[in-house]
Amino acid sequence: MSGETIRPELLTDVLGRARARGATEADGFLIEEQHFSASVRLGQVDTVKHSREQRLSLRVFAGKASAAASTSDLSRDSLERVVDEATALARVTSEDPHAGLPDPNDLITAIPDLELAEQGGEELSPEAKIELARRAEAAALESDPRIANSEGAEYWDRRARYVYATSHGFARGYATTAFGLSVSPVASANGEMQRDYWYSAARHRAALEEPASIGRTAARRALRRLGGRKVKTTEVPVVFDPDTAASLIRSIAGAASGPGLYRRASFLLDRLGKRIAAPAVTIVDDGLIPRALGSRPFDGEGLATRPTVLVGEGVLESYLLDSYSARKLGLRSTHHASRDGAGVGVSTTNLMLKAGPTPPEALIGSVKNGLYVTELIGFGVNGVTGDYSRGAVGLWIENGELTYPVEEVTVAGNLLEMFGAIEGIGNDLVLRDRTVSPTLLIGRMVVAGN
Amino acid sequence: MERLLGGSLAGRVDDADIYLEYRVNEELVLEENVVKKASRHVSQGAGVRAQAEARTGYAHTDDISLSNLEEAARQARAIADRATTSGVLAIPSRGRAHDLYTLAEPPIVTALERKLGLLRKIDAAARAADPRISQVIASLASEEVVMLIATASGWTIGDVRPLTRLNVTVIAEENGKREIGSWGGGGRVPFDFYLEDERWTRFADEAARQAILKLRAVEAPAGTMTVVLGPGWPGILLHEAIGHGLEGDFNRKGVSAFAGRLGQKVASELVTVVDDGTIPNRRGSLNVDDEGTPTGRTVLIENGVLTAYMQDRLNARLMKMTPTGNGRRESYAHPPMPRMTNTFMLAGQDDPQDIIRSVRNGLYAVTFGGGQVDITSGKFVFSASEAYLIEDGRVTTPVKGATLIGNGPDALVRVSRVGHDLALDEGVGTCGKDGQSVPVGVGLPTIRIDGMTVGGTQV
Repeated sequence: MSGETIRPELLTDVLGRARARGATEADGFLIEEQHFSASVRLGQVDTVKHSREQRLSLRVFAGKASAAASTSDLSRDSLERVVDEATALARVTSEDPHAGLPDPNDLITAIPDLELAEQGGEELSPEAKIELARRAEAAALESDPRIANSEGAEYWDRRARYVYATSHGFARGYATTAFGLSVSPVASANGEMQRDYWYSAARHRAALEEPASIGRTAARRALRRLGGRKVKTTEVPVVFDPDTAASLIRSIAGAASGPGLYRRASFLLDRLGKRIAAPAVTIVDDGLIPRALGSRPFDGEGLATRPTVLVGEGVLESYLLDSYSARKLGLRSTHHASRDGAGVGVSTTNLMLKAGPTPPEALIGSVKNGLYVTELIGFGVNGVTGDYSRGAVGLWIENGELTYPVEEVTVAGNLLEMFGAIEGIGNDLVLRDRTVSPTLLIGRMVVAGN
Repeated sequence: MERLLGGSLAGRVDDADIYLEYRVNEELVLEENVVKKASRHVSQGAGVRAQAEARTGYAHTDDISLSNLEEAARQARAIADRATTSGVLAIPSRGRAHDLYTLAEPPIVTALERKLGLLRKIDAAARAADPRISQVIASLASEEVVMLIATASGWTIGDVRPLTRLNVTVIAEENGKREIGSWGGGGRVPFDFYLEDERWTRFADEAARQAILKLRAVEAPAGTMTVVLGPGWPGILLHEAIGHGLEGDFNRKGVSAFAGRLGQKVASELVTVVDDGTIPNRRGSLNVDDEGTPTGRTVLIENGVLTAYMQDRLNARLMKMTPTGNGRRESYAHPPMPRMTNTFMLAGQDDPQDIIRSVRNGLYAVTFGGGQVDITSGKFVFSASEAYLIEDGRVTTPVKGATLIGNGPDALVRVSRVGHDLALDEGVGTCGKDGQSVPVGVGLPTIRIDGMTVGGTQV
């Protein structure tokens, strides 16, 4: 599984062919990955998956017109067809004065070693991987008699290599590994069932949380939901746990992304340099943290990754831009281009809201009557207006204490007002995923129930 | 094919198959009357599956050479080691495959110039609809999937599946206030579908109307109230409230709020819900599912009583039921699971206007964004993007988008009126489950639900 079989020359050949077909410039990505996953349910193997995939994505420019094509078939015939299709598409698309590759002088020169791939780690046998999932699930099942069923536990790993190249002769690549373990136990009592989950993911397998610890956390989360009820519709302080708070940060990053801004489809339009959150709020995107899940040495256009302060002490300090959206907005790329077969977009790296001084217990302790949110469902976020309304699960706070579980309620407000009303930030930030936040206390939101 | 299944998968498995797929996607996006995106993607690959009891081994490769397929088959079989059954059981095919979407000209082959010409006309139409429209994004996706399945019991079946979707999104601006409106449609239809009855004009007008309407929308109410859902796309209620909960895998595992409830009353007797994969040219329709089983029309709830689950082969075998043609997968890179096709409620007797008049104060919701369900607790949400207050039996002020939340096993018990105006959606739905997306359809007549929680901000 460690073989470096990727062939950068496939990509440079394709770019050369595109030039020969009349493209003025071109760039492309070659991705090769191997994936393994094993799920276990009630101690028995459920599904084992194994795959090997490759994909070549090409973008060509005919002057200021561009088009994209991709294929998973890397045979010579197929690659010739991809080039022909992309150059033919580029001829029918319109001229766009902002189209084009980044200046070759801006491309990354030295690739930093971010330790994104586990080197020389012992490859586990499929049986050993299955055993990790089994141990995680067993810990959940054994932790309480009310955990009698499960949607299972899953172990997965992925090894990938990326190469990015341009028709100017740039070609650089890097390798990554990722490992994950998750458990979804079902708790039941008095005819009621509740499911929850917990997971761990890391670039190096040794950094995964202990299987038994993941299982016990998942079980505790499912158990605390038993007996959930609706509350009366009210307006109260709402405390978001780190996972649900992270989803709020993602919404801010989405609204700060170039494509939504130049389409005028964002509530952060014309807000650069202005206050958009409480002064205690600082949100950074740092893709250079060694071994972190969101790290990458360069972006989807070959521009070196660098830390970006998105929100500094409540003020929107930067948008998140690729070179196209930057040109459209009269700004410079922030090196956040992402790449898929369809072309270029924007994505964050390791996005985090900086920790505050307060233990999460103290945030909860400061609330007389309110909701502690542990899960959100649905898609009720309007990126154009910031209007927010989602289904929520959690625990009711009474006199500073978590009391009974709450379900079948919604929390609603507007993201700008919500970030402006952040009254407390926890000291519990842990970089366990690509987007993370500490516990957040929002002064007032509408909780709809009975 | 036979050599592979015979040699590589022989013995100790209950079911096995090879799925081969060749897929071409094309996406065209027009923004600011400029073609912003033109892309074409080809993917091909094979997925090999071996099953023993409840265990599944799945391996896939995008390099379709015999040696790679043999390696994939070997990996798939590795898991079947401890099975007790020996030999492969023949799976009876249930009836003939359909012919629901043979097209003289599939959308993927229609000339780019015609497609881009339509997108330009849409841009002009949406801008002409109202001076407050400041941005128009028109996109057209076309796809063709050719699939072939060979099973270990000896049958081979193939399908060619065209699919297209046209989408119009606009931004309206007035006095520094901005709003978004979106409309679209499609199906397993030719490009000319958009030209019939000036459908494209309606999509453009509808997107513009939505955005303009929202500019004057007031805060949505918060709390429990009577909700009237309009016909068509609000059928997403069924998809979330009961559809996922009736998929075979969740019920075999006993993790669905509907597990063990066949034959029980789970809805008002006015409610009959079907999942029908056989409606010609619909987005959710299939001639055969992704395991080769012909699709069917499955009555899930009949006059309020739970009558069936949706099944793929694995879960049908383990539950000793019949496959219903609901085994679907996103692509060769994914193993099949029980999934919905086109899910809708049959029409009732009531006049839609009477239903609205029957409500003193409530919410009338006619267009929705996405939804989600927790199948274990049964709690589901779906988000209204066009909704109005009902005051004294009349539809009045438009309100901002709000999430509606309910409990699957009792939401349909609260259905007190069902209209005679069943409509299917325009053909835009995509359903996600366990990381796999598949195209689906929904449908609903106008219905009244008593006591639903609306997640607005107006207390």
